[in-house]
Amino acid sequence: MRLVGEAELEDIAVGAAILGTGGGGDPYIGKLLAQEAVRRHGPVQMVSVDEVADDAFVVPSAMMGAPTVMVEKLPRGTEVIRAFKALGDYVGREPTHTTSIEAGGLNSTTPFVVAAQLGIPLVDADGMGRAFPEIQMIVATMHGVKATPMTLADEKGNSAVIDTIDNTWTERLARTLTVDFGATAMIALYPLTGTQLKAGAFVAGTISLAEELGRLVRETRAAHGDPIGAVVERLGGRRLFGGKVVDVARRTEAGWAKAEARIEGTGSDAGSALVLQTQNEHLVAIRDGEVVCSVPDLIVVMDAESGNPITTEELRYGFRVVVIGAPCVPDWRTEQGLALVGPRYFGYDVDFVPVEERFPA
Amino acid sequence: MRIGVDVGGTNTDAVLVDGREVLAEAKTPTTPDVNGGITAALRALVADSGVDVARVQAVMIGTTHFTNAVVEARRLAPTGVIRLGLPATEALPPMVAWPAPLREALGDHVRLCHGGHEFDGRRIAPLDHDQLRRAAADFAAAGIATVAISSVFSPVNAEAEQEAAGVVAEELPDAAVSLSHEIGRIGLLERENATIMNACLRALATQIVAAFHAAVAELGSDAPVYLSQNDGTLMAVGYAERYPVATFASGPTNSMRGAAFLSGLADCAVVDIGGTTSDVGILQHGFPREAGAAVEIGGVRTNFRMPDVLSLGIGGGSHVHGSEVGPLSVGYELTERALVFGGDVLTATDLAVAAGLVEIGDRARVAGVDAEPALARIAERIAETVDRMKTSAEPIPVVVVGGGSIVLRDSLAGASELVKPEHYAVANAIGAAIAQVGGEVDKVVALEGTTREDALTEAKDEAVEKAIAAGAERDSVRVVDVEDVPIAYLPGNATRIRVKAVGELDLGRVGIAAGR
Repeated sequence: MRLVGEAELEDIAVGAAILGTGGGGDPYIGKLLAQEAVRRHGPVQMVSVDEVADDAFVVPSAMMGAPTVMVEKLPRGTEVIRAFKALGDYVGREPTHTTSIEAGGLNSTTPFVVAAQLGIPLVDADGMGRAFPEIQMIVATMHGVKATPMTLADEKGNSAVIDTIDNTWTERLARTLTVDFGATAMIALYPLTGTQLKAGAFVAGTISLAEELGRLVRETRAAHGDPIGAVVERLGGRRLFGGKVVDVARRTEAGWAKAEARIEGTGSDAGSALVLQTQNEHLVAIRDGEVVCSVPDLIVVMDAESGNPITTEELRYGFRVVVIGAPCVPDWRTEQGLALVGPRYFGYDVDFVPVEERFPA
Repeated sequence: MRIGVDVGGTNTDAVLVDGREVLAEAKTPTTPDVNGGITAALRALVADSGVDVARVQAVMIGTTHFTNAVVEARRLAPTGVIRLGLPATEALPPMVAWPAPLREALGDHVRLCHGGHEFDGRRIAPLDHDQLRRAAADFAAAGIATVAISSVFSPVNAEAEQEAAGVVAEELPDAAVSLSHEIGRIGLLERENATIMNACLRALATQIVAAFHAAVAELGSDAPVYLSQNDGTLMAVGYAERYPVATFASGPTNSMRGAAFLSGLADCAVVDIGGTTSDVGILQHGFPREAGAAVEIGGVRTNFRMPDVLSLGIGGGSHVHGSEVGPLSVGYELTERALVFGGDVLTATDLAVAAGLVEIGDRARVAGVDAEPALARIAERIAETVDRMKTSAEPIPVVVVGGGSIVLRDSLAGASELVKPEHYAVANAIGAAIAQVGGEVDKVVALEGTTREDALTEAKDEAVEKAIAAGAERDSVRVVDVEDVPIAYLPGNATRIRVKAVGELDLGRVGIAAGR
């Protein structure tokens, strides 16, 4: 167990936005919300997965919807607590811990708001080792853990509990509610026991990894080093492309932020173009017509100068960026994992090739 | 024939240019009343060149007044802040994460009110007119004369802000009202921050603009007056009065563009050494490299487009202790307090005189000074800053401009060459004089029956033509900003397209039209 306060949250938000692959929410807003909660209620106790008792009742908390909406319609602040408590009320059991459903600037820090405000410990883990757009896209699905009962709350005071026959239904119903709420909802879902957590239903250590990545970017930059290179090395990834953003086409569709960004190469990539296709998170990177990296591996856009991750909602014309690819957690590279989150699920008729195999060192 | 003026914290510089030729330059201390310094500089110009004032077609002014006012939290008006968004947004109220001194300088008059829109055009909540009236009445009681209004999704739907402005105007008929949809883009906190900064500068803007007019009128000129914006383009002073925030960062832009003009280099580092600080930027293809996503001004996060600049506390007026220089500076008192001018402070300028780099003041007064260690330290720190701004280890050309340039010798570690162009001391004013012109398109387009690509191409072409019509050289015009925001609630697959194109002022053509 260790305490996490304002300083650690700075790094966590940045590192989580790297793992968020464009989605998972704005790290600045995520950081401010969590820091405010920590200022008011004190630092959060973060425990590792193996410190959690078998009979613990862990309820992850998160934001769902379009990250592009979240930078405008900021939360009221009470939604996530209402969603969290409503889930405990529905199952008739007090949650003992919260944790993060996915890595992302907002979704890694949102559980800190819950943990700080309710004075409960937070488990150093997340559901996928990155961010994904749909509810069933979580390692826990492969462990037979259901997303429901799931609760959703908005800023107006509306809330809902859904209990479904499978995670695909959960996605369908929750998405409809989220769109009606205004394309964002605060949610609690995937309640699980300590035993399930320890059996690998969640990815252990993701919050610590995010903190480490955020610190790496900050410290490498301060030492005038190459923060992007440092992140690539830590994640065992590859630098895919460097250039200038020349177009970003976006639309908010069925509660998702969909986008296609075109980057024209500079330096060693001059003459080439990279297209990123995005559904909250970057799904594929296509260089001159050929897919060079795809889900479930991580595609991360970073500011060419500062090395800060750039989220989908921030990305705009004129930005100088470097795009990197990094291996996902091994769970996603299994047959079952690829069926859930591989390129074919998202409608791309290509086989998944691990980024480090496509570009051997 | 045009006059370019740069009103800095220490000096007011002015140049008279005709086409590509610099006819005269002048440097005078900035005065507390602003126009005194400008008047003196303009008079010196006219006297030096012997040019008939009637031949001056335009006066272009770059000023760091507004940026400095925010950075120093001085001369800011108490400001009423209204955000329309309840019941959403309460977790992060307006001015969250502002530095306390700046927040206090504005009086902390913040009201969260009902209103705002969803992404699809539905209202989050109807406006509560009584709530707005109460807020306005509170502002009136506090003697507030400037109000910032922001609303959730106002770049998509501005109705709520406009309606609220109407209600506020009933209670505070003389107040200046700044609306966020006119100032920023999607991203509530950043847009709101810029709007609040704009609002707190409105009174100062009125004074400064009046001072500019007075100075030009005193010269006996009826030439129009323009101000530089952060993207290097000009705006008419009337616009600057309403949107002072648009002048932010025009200083570094002007100095880098002035450096490019004077040196003829398109890819290099630019070091602008003033009285108190040095700013280091990078020119790429003749344009200042832009900063990344978020830029902080005075500790407040914004999403303006701005040149990427690193500042360090070294200038011609910097105090010297042993081999350490700055950040304390004698500033505009250089000509009284530096040793060579009979003062009692050892400054960086004294070092330059002692080392024989420049002949000003009384060299005998620094005869015993060992200038070398501190001069070496200055060069080392500037070289380090240039190195931080470079993207590769390759040496690049470095252009040095600004009045404090005398503190650098003619080589620098990591520089393939060090260029100190003619007129280096007034590069900022030259940057203002050769300011760019822009063309902007902001319209809602129905994409039914056309494609997004076609609509964007058409908007880009239109912006380019507007820039050319405003006086830009056709070949130099480039699109600097494209943004489209789908407007889900309008029929016909509507999208709001904003495009800005910018080009070099065609110096051969007469007549200038300011953007916006």
